[in-house]
Amino acid sequence: MSNTIWLIPFIPLVGSVFVGLMGRRMRRSSVAIIACGAASLALLLSLAFLARLLSLPAEGRFLRQSLGPWIASGDFSVAFGFLFDPLSAIMALVVSGVGLLIHVYSIGYMEKDRDYHRFFALLNLFLAEMLVLVLADNYLLLFLGWEGVGLCSYLLIGFWFERPAAASAGTKAFLVNRIGDAAVVVGLIWMILLFGSLDFQIVFREAPTTLSHGSVAASVLSLLLFAGATGKSAQLPLYVWLPDAMEGPTPVSALIHAATMVTAGVYMVARSAPLFQLAPVSLEIVAWVGGLTAFFAASIALVQTDIKRIIAYSTISQLGYMFLGLGVGAYAAGIFHLMTHAFFKALLFLAAGSVIHALAGEQDLRKMGGLRRSLRVTAGSFLIGALANAGIAPFAGFWSKDEILFAAYASGHRLLWVLGALTAAGTGFYIFRLYFLAFEGKSRLDPHLAGHLREAPWSMRLPLVLLALGSATVGFFGVPPESGPFHRFLGPVFPVSPHEGGSAVPASGIVLMLAALVMALVGIVMAFRYYLQDPRRPEALAGRYPTLYRTLFHKYWVDELYEGFVVRPTSTAARTLSESFDVRMVDGSVNGIASLVGMVGGLLRRLQTGHVPAYVLSILIGVVVLLGYLAFLG
Amino acid sequence: MTGTVPLNAYLIVSAALFAIGVIGVLIRRNALIIFMAIELMLNAVNLTFVAFSRFLDSMDGQIIVFFVMAVAAAEVVLGLAIIIALYRNKESVNVDELNLLRG
Repeated sequence: MSNTIWLIPFIPLVGSVFVGLMGRRMRRSSVAIIACGAASLALLLSLAFLARLLSLPAEGRFLRQSLGPWIASGDFSVAFGFLFDPLSAIMALVVSGVGLLIHVYSIGYMEKDRDYHRFFALLNLFLAEMLVLVLADNYLLLFLGWEGVGLCSYLLIGFWFERPAAASAGTKAFLVNRIGDAAVVVGLIWMILLFGSLDFQIVFREAPTTLSHGSVAASVLSLLLFAGATGKSAQLPLYVWLPDAMEGPTPVSALIHAATMVTAGVYMVARSAPLFQLAPVSLEIVAWVGGLTAFFAASIALVQTDIKRIIAYSTISQLGYMFLGLGVGAYAAGIFHLMTHAFFKALLFLAAGSVIHALAGEQDLRKMGGLRRSLRVTAGSFLIGALANAGIAPFAGFWSKDEILFAAYASGHRLLWVLGALTAAGTGFYIFRLYFLAFEGKSRLDPHLAGHLREAPWSMRLPLVLLALGSATVGFFGVPPESGPFHRFLGPVFPVSPHEGGSAVPASGIVLMLAALVMALVGIVMAFRYYLQDPRRPEALAGRYPTLYRTLFHKYWVDELYEGFVVRPTSTAARTLSESFDVRMVDGSVNGIASLVGMVGGLLRRLQTGHVPAYVLSILIGVVVLLGYLAFLG
Repeated sequence: MTGTVPLNAYLIVSAALFAIGVIGVLIRRNALIIFMAIELMLNAVNLTFVAFSRFLDSMDGQIIVFFVMAVAAAEVVLGLAIIIALYRNKESVNVDELNLLRG
């Protein structure tokens, strides 16, 4: 049975091709059934493989399958090979599970869109690419999926390409990701030179002997991979594309830009744990980038007014937590947070989508309020998602986030712990600010909208309810912390970090957990007092610290900074080069050679008089000279 | 009788004929006359071949002469046809007026 792993990504691929080519002539219900059917088959297959994995002894829990060589050149060869181990299993389940729910949700959300079949074809293609990414057994196949999901992300952000904002957001995402991907390509080439292979097993077996612990080569190689992860997973300094990606349809934001694709970077770093373990400097950098991103993005989220952008910044912040976990060596905790985050962030996005759907496209928080009374299911599930996001016990986010914070503290990164705890307070504040502004308090709706607010159709409510259930419960897979079923399942994949030796949580751990929980609660209470009790207070506060407020509101002017220091110099340089070097030097030399040839030709054409006797004379002279040479000198 | 006329005599006559042909080609303007001069050159060569053939007691030269005559006959057909076509188009067979291939 292990020779059918390839079917997991292949089925959605077939679905995508079929829907993409034939969808225009099919009924919408058939399109939806095929696309959702492909997603659910992928989920069922993943579950079957998980069951098989669990029946194996803990140390030998992996299934491999090779479909034969893909690229073979001399000694070097890359196989079309798939690997199903606990890490891949969790990723495949999250991708296909959350993916299926979002497929179902899209049936309702995209109901009125005229490019219904294109949407589902792209969604299925994304699923296929993402599954290739997580099931690959070598870096090149992983990279194939990596670029594939990038392409789908681009196509789906720009799904409504008639809108200039959507088209340019897609381009921005694609270009920013290129920067990181270029680093990955360099890393992969170097990896071939070092190990002669890209196969995970071979690379991780050779790495400790080829690269000594703490060597510069190990650090640079792992940092090249991490550079790709900062692009794909929207970390400092390459996070800028993710907020703009919200121009895409909301199910896309939920699936690609919250639950799955953006976690590909986390997955790759976790997968490469044996490499990172050789480079303490890289791990330190990963942890700091993660911690700073978490704090930075959360602070921006405090003051934004677009419902989807707040959640987007929240995603960046939570991804920062994951990298923080990986960086301090708590790989399992990072992946655990990835899984719980997939549930509650998909839920938050889908609930936000339900609000946008009900309000006919309105995304501005200042024009919402009091929606709980008409959108009960949406409001309830959003509340659960918000609690999970804020890390309130016993919802999913609590268990995974606090484990990361504990790992940061236990590994001696006190400063990062403080940063993480502050972020927790900010998280509680921004997510409940969003909840209170949208669902509670007085209605600030357009009067003509307020009359006919209706809850979303069942195809949208069902995923909300299921994801809410998931957000409330998946955290228990990680209880007790660091030794729950989740960690025991995932444990054998990762190298053991020095501080993870003990399985019991010491007493200080409980204090730390409580501290983070209290921080989150403080944030929530602040949000309650500021936005529900006295709606005039935020403005007063903003008036008291105008510089701070404007800095946060304008997102630290990072986009403007990049515009000024990267985009504009680059395009100016490009224009200068094109005008001076390309036009003058390249075109000039080509044109120069051409006109030189023309000039010489113009001189030589005078020889061609067209006068036949002249030709004859020249032939005669030639013959005489030649004969003379032969007769007297030859 | 064979020994009476030396080879050099044939060659001198042949060279003279060839030179007359060349000069005819170079200085005459009428395409028809040029054509005749070319025939003269061809026949000068033929004479050389035959003389050598006799002198060396080999039939090869005479065989080549037959070939040359056959080719010359074909060439005359083509050449006259071209000259007639020229005359029909330009009302003249003066080669100085034929400079269509001027660069």
